[in-house]
Amino acid sequence: MWLTRPLQERSTQVFLGVLFAALVVVSALHLFMPEDSALYVSSYTVTLLGKYLCYALLAVAVDLVWGYLGILSLGHGAFFALGGYAMGMYLMRQIGDRGTYGDPILPDFMVFLNWQELPWYWHGFDMAWFAFLMVLLAPGLLALVFGFLAFRSRVTGVYLSIITQALTFALMLAFFRNEMGFGGNNGLTDFKDILGFDLRTDATRLGLFIATGIALAIGYVICRGIVTSKLGRVSIACRDAEARTRFLGYRVERVQLFVFVVSAMLAGVAGALYVPQVGIINPSEFSPLFSIEIVVWVALGGRATLYGAVIGAILVNYAKTVFTGIMPDAWLFALGGLFVLVTVFLPKGIAGLLHKRRKAETAEPTPAQEATA
Amino acid sequence: MGITGSLSRLLLVCLLLWPAMATAQVDDPEAQQLLTALAESSFAEKKDVVNRIAGSGDERARTWLEAFAANKLARIESTGQFVIVLSNRGRNWDVESATTGESLGEVSRRDIDTIRVNNSLRSELESILSVIDLKSPDEDSRLTAARALRGNVDDGLADQLPDLIEAETASDVQLALTEALAIYRVEEQGDKSAVAVLSGSLNSEARAALQNAVRSDDPALAAAANKALESIEQKLKFNRAAETLYFGLSLGSVLVLAAIGLAITFGVMGVINMAHGELIMLGAYTTWGMQQLLPGQPGLALILSIPAGFLVAALAGIAIERTVIQHLKGRPLETLLATFGVSLILQQLVRTVISPLNRTVITPDWMSGSVMINEALSLTLNRMYVIGFALVVFAGLMLIMRKTRLGLEVRAVTQNRAMARSMGIKATKVDILTFGLGSGVAGLAGVALSQITNVGPNLGQNYIIDSFMVVVFGGVGNLWGTLLAGLSLGTINQLLEPWAGAVLAKILVLVFIILFIQKRPRGLFPQKGRAAEG
Repeated sequence: MWLTRPLQERSTQVFLGVLFAALVVVSALHLFMPEDSALYVSSYTVTLLGKYLCYALLAVAVDLVWGYLGILSLGHGAFFALGGYAMGMYLMRQIGDRGTYGDPILPDFMVFLNWQELPWYWHGFDMAWFAFLMVLLAPGLLALVFGFLAFRSRVTGVYLSIITQALTFALMLAFFRNEMGFGGNNGLTDFKDILGFDLRTDATRLGLFIATGIALAIGYVICRGIVTSKLGRVSIACRDAEARTRFLGYRVERVQLFVFVVSAMLAGVAGALYVPQVGIINPSEFSPLFSIEIVVWVALGGRATLYGAVIGAILVNYAKTVFTGIMPDAWLFALGGLFVLVTVFLPKGIAGLLHKRRKAETAEPTPAQEATA
Repeated sequence: MGITGSLSRLLLVCLLLWPAMATAQVDDPEAQQLLTALAESSFAEKKDVVNRIAGSGDERARTWLEAFAANKLARIESTGQFVIVLSNRGRNWDVESATTGESLGEVSRRDIDTIRVNNSLRSELESILSVIDLKSPDEDSRLTAARALRGNVDDGLADQLPDLIEAETASDVQLALTEALAIYRVEEQGDKSAVAVLSGSLNSEARAALQNAVRSDDPALAAAANKALESIEQKLKFNRAAETLYFGLSLGSVLVLAAIGLAITFGVMGVINMAHGELIMLGAYTTWGMQQLLPGQPGLALILSIPAGFLVAALAGIAIERTVIQHLKGRPLETLLATFGVSLILQQLVRTVISPLNRTVITPDWMSGSVMINEALSLTLNRMYVIGFALVVFAGLMLIMRKTRLGLEVRAVTQNRAMARSMGIKATKVDILTFGLGSGVAGLAGVALSQITNVGPNLGQNYIIDSFMVVVFGGVGNLWGTLLAGLSLGTINQLLEPWAGAVLAKILVLVFIILFIQKRPRGLFPQKGRAAEG
């Protein structure tokens, strides 16, 4: 079966092993170390790491379309944010009458705007299963409609990149409007609990961190499964020579659409896990800058490797945390420099470097063996 | 000694001032007499005195009456001299002579006796003052006064108006006065014949008068007013359409300016430069810098910054091309990412070096203000200049691409690089020059934008997506397409704005383009033949 095949691969085993080891170590250090110990992991750090893992899942989703399908999406932030908003709406409804205005149904910002009743699209989000389904369906549907239109008319390459950017830009403008009913500028925030667990407790935070880790593992295996299947082969063929693949009789647009929708859903899941951990979702997640930042994580880690995307996402975001802490002004310089340096000097990313070294190591003994022989 | 000293000094001042006061009174007995009469008569009599002053033909009469209405005409008790109070703050008031207009410095409040005025006098004074204005020899002040009269005519003035209209020589003053009289007649007398005069007027007072007339008891008057209102409504609709079109063209020309450089670098060369917006920003900041270098001469600075903005942006563009883009030839997606990085660096550079806040760029006098076509339609000058500038830049670029050696070489290199090189064209040099040209035009766009929008580090970001949309919509590699796309997108945006709001209009335009690209992936004017394959 396509989903179990990756589990027999060496690289997937290593990746999953490292990921689970990290989850276990962090949880253990958080739970069993005394608070004054140097090895103690605070709940702040746990949440921060959880955030990185969400970004890693998002990066894997982008790598799936960019690395294996050749579509540079500059709009994946939109799918991420849609998943986040679906989760945010569920969390908003969970607040109930504990909001500032104490309205049992309407979220605070609607009371503030003098709305009398819940807009139709907010119905159902008080049920967890419906909201979690929406986390997949909302980005998935958008990707389906957008992808169907785009791939059918064979919009590819730079054009597709630019219209995905326009898509997320348009959504950002839309979500900034108060009339949309998503909290406008401020977005959704002030969440209380998820599935009955209080969001402010350390246990819930650790639980979310572990859930994110598991989601990343599943997402990775799904992507790996897709790229090693026959469908994956066709999609790589599309990436390298779209016209030729079409002439060979493959329905290129269907492959593209399928992979694009899966990727959008993964991005949505990442967004949904992100929101309860950072405690807010607002329209800035739709900003074109964020979407293009995701691409640079993937580029740094190494395109078309999946694990490279994870490495890139974690590294860049760790650097961002450090930089914005010490010298906030320098971060954009660093990020901008990263864009330039990676594309010019490191086209295969960190994964490419690792690969080269491993090749060099395996290649070196051969002349030596010959010499001894 | 101290007291005697100061006393004697005071005496000396009085002695010195005395002749001046004396001559003022002696020279101008008529004025003095009129003002004394005004000061000393009762409120009932004051009316006559005011009329006498107005009819005296004295050129200072207007100043006096204006000061009188504003409670600023006064008499100094000790000298009997009439003054106009300039500032009545504090213990000592700043005054000037009413008769000679010379400043008398500060005089103690207690010594000043203000000539009293009441409300009925004040309203009387207003119409008297406007009649004085209407008789002024200066045509502009007559026109202003006549325009201000509409809706403010009272019975007394209405009697004088026919004569004034008769005597008036300038036609627009005459028209305004006729309208003012007609508004009065419609409002106060329910005069049907006056309605016809108003039927073509775009003045809001005229419309208000007609709207009141529609509700009147006289059915004939109401019907006439209704008809007149309809014809006004038609005219207004036309004017509003013209205004929307103007705004649309102006927004469109901004889009054209922002996109036309991109049409060269992206459209013709095929290089995706995400830092294009920041090159625009550099142009705008050059204008700001120029104005800092030449303080007090914003106009000269603006004109100088046209070549300067071009140079700065062109050099920056060439630097980007040499350091980044040339290493990424044939890898459009990587070029996109790398130039995006450059754009981040440039933005942050401006934030760090200059300021994260917006800078003010002064609009020179000859660019501010507006041209009034009629009362419902006035066109702002700065936007008109931007429209003109966009067209000039477009024409210039068109000329370069079609008629010069460089244009020929650019087209050759983009169509078939290897072939062009084997014909002896230095492809690298052409690359540099073309990219410099496209970037320089972005700088020009920045100079123009500095006049109509805020100059800040985010300036470029706001235009980059729009610019790409315009180029893609118009058809890559086609300058005419870019012009048409920019102008039409601007107009569509303005047409949508009244009923959708600014943000929603922008969203709708974006969605429209996204859908349009599905239908015609290569834009309005796709390239045909071999160039399309590239």
